[in-house]
Amino acid sequence: MTWVVLAIIVWAGAWYLNTRLANSPLAETRAVKLAVPAIFGLTLIVVWELLVRGLNVPPVILPPPSAIAAKFATSIPILWTDFVQTFVKGALTGYIIGCGSAFIVAILIDRSPFLQKGLLPVGNFIAALPIIGTAPILVMWFGFDWQSKAAVVVAMVFFPMLVNTMQGLADTDQMQRDQMATWNASYWQTLRKLRLPAAMPAIFNGLKVATTLALIGAIVAEFFGSPIKGMGFRISTEVGRQALDMVWAEITVAALAGSAFYGIVALMEKGVTFWHPSQRG
Amino acid sequence: MKSVLPILTVVAAIVVMWYAAAIGMNAKWAREQAARQGVELGFTELVADTWSQDRPRLPAPHQVLEELWNSTGAKILAGKTWSKRSLIYHGWITLSATLAGFAIGSLAGILLAVGIVHNKAMDMSVMPWAIASQTIPILAIAPMIIVVLNSIGIQGLIPKAIISAYLSFFPVVVGMVKGLRAPGREQLDLLKTYNASGAQTFWKLRLPASVPYLFTSLKIGMAASLVGAIVGELPTGAIRGLGARMLTGSYYGQTIQIWSALFAAAILAAGLVGIIGMIEKLMLRRMGVRT
Repeated sequence: MTWVVLAIIVWAGAWYLNTRLANSPLAETRAVKLAVPAIFGLTLIVVWELLVRGLNVPPVILPPPSAIAAKFATSIPILWTDFVQTFVKGALTGYIIGCGSAFIVAILIDRSPFLQKGLLPVGNFIAALPIIGTAPILVMWFGFDWQSKAAVVVAMVFFPMLVNTMQGLADTDQMQRDQMATWNASYWQTLRKLRLPAAMPAIFNGLKVATTLALIGAIVAEFFGSPIKGMGFRISTEVGRQALDMVWAEITVAALAGSAFYGIVALMEKGVTFWHPSQRG
Repeated sequence: MKSVLPILTVVAAIVVMWYAAAIGMNAKWAREQAARQGVELGFTELVADTWSQDRPRLPAPHQVLEELWNSTGAKILAGKTWSKRSLIYHGWITLSATLAGFAIGSLAGILLAVGIVHNKAMDMSVMPWAIASQTIPILAIAPMIIVVLNSIGIQGLIPKAIISAYLSFFPVVVGMVKGLRAPGREQLDLLKTYNASGAQTFWKLRLPASVPYLFTSLKIGMAASLVGAIVGELPTGAIRGLGARMLTGSYYGQTIQIWSALFAAAILAAGLVGIIGMIEKLMLRRMGVRT
């Protein structure tokens, strides 16, 4: 019971602290902007720990964060093999192939307004479908190993990336293109010097959306069959063995990998599209 | 309507490529079967065979459509709409979980967004996490939710609806916060000069301004809900629902069954998103938004 009371006190205290911080004159500073969500996150973890202990929640339903952290620390080798299998081999390969080919296709059909008019609505339509459902088919075609996971990722990221690139390439106005024409710029010169740089914000938008899709695709595809390693495999088998601390450790890895992947792409975006209003801040 | 011809061309090209791919992928099996029976296959026979195998590596479009019809329309005509082999039955199982989860998730998302817009502490604490949640594969905890709820005796619709709910929750929060913040300084100032209360500002300015953003995120949330319900059907060896059809199909090599379940899921997704789009159009027109 003391644990539960303690949890309520921690919650109330953190809430009071955050309210004070958010309404203080310092609220606009960078430190406070980082501190407030950090306090909130930490409070959630502490309250989780205290409630699990106080209410005697069995570990097969919800393990406390301390147990998850302990499991994480002791099984780093396994987590690392799973990470390499799912993220580096499956998700990253598929991400590069899928986004790369979508980019190339967008450039190839750039000169055909007819194909664009057809592909844009079709691509938009397909991007809204549950592509993850192709996983069982692709696992059947490409086998259990990472190749099939990469194929699922390619299928998932291709159309969002294609649509974004095509929209980006249309992101110049008549005046800018007229300017290039008065300089007697060729098609490729216009593409390289004007339209591709102008397309970069949209292209990076597609690349960022694709990071999450890639990780989801690689993990879920492993539910349909995989060798005895990989994050999706580990999650589904450890769930079956009721070793939930391992499942949570694996989810932590997935969350870290996902946000790091997104963060790296966002950093690259910052470097490439430094001129865009949204980046100048 | 000018784009009908290009769209049809692209779709026709996809169908042609599909048929061609079906020949390529199924030819090996067809040749092996023919060699076993000691007959030589001519080109036309080979093509005919690759388009009509029972368990092809890639079923031809007409085979998938035929299976779709056999498991939906034909079942209705035979009066077996709710039989275990009917895709309408499996589709309904998935659809009900999707809709229940979507309703819970988007409603909770809207409420949280209202809280975020009106409470600065909540905004600063929760909003970064809501945005960060879109970069991590939260779908990965789906199997755990199913199994844990199963072990405390909750089965069927509710676990899948919970997955659908949390998948649609975060996009709606982020979109709705953006929408509620859409009114500019001058609009808010105008209401201030009218001496409008906080509630009046909310109902007369913020809420109407957020509607376009809300519908955009509802479409994303709906698509995510459906994916959640389908993935939620995978881990426990469920026997009902579109996800279960895919899984059993992949266990028994019933490729046509997988493809028809996939198509049913795609039709469901397109239909659901289309319905939201129609409501959006009607509502925006009623509100006097010029398109």
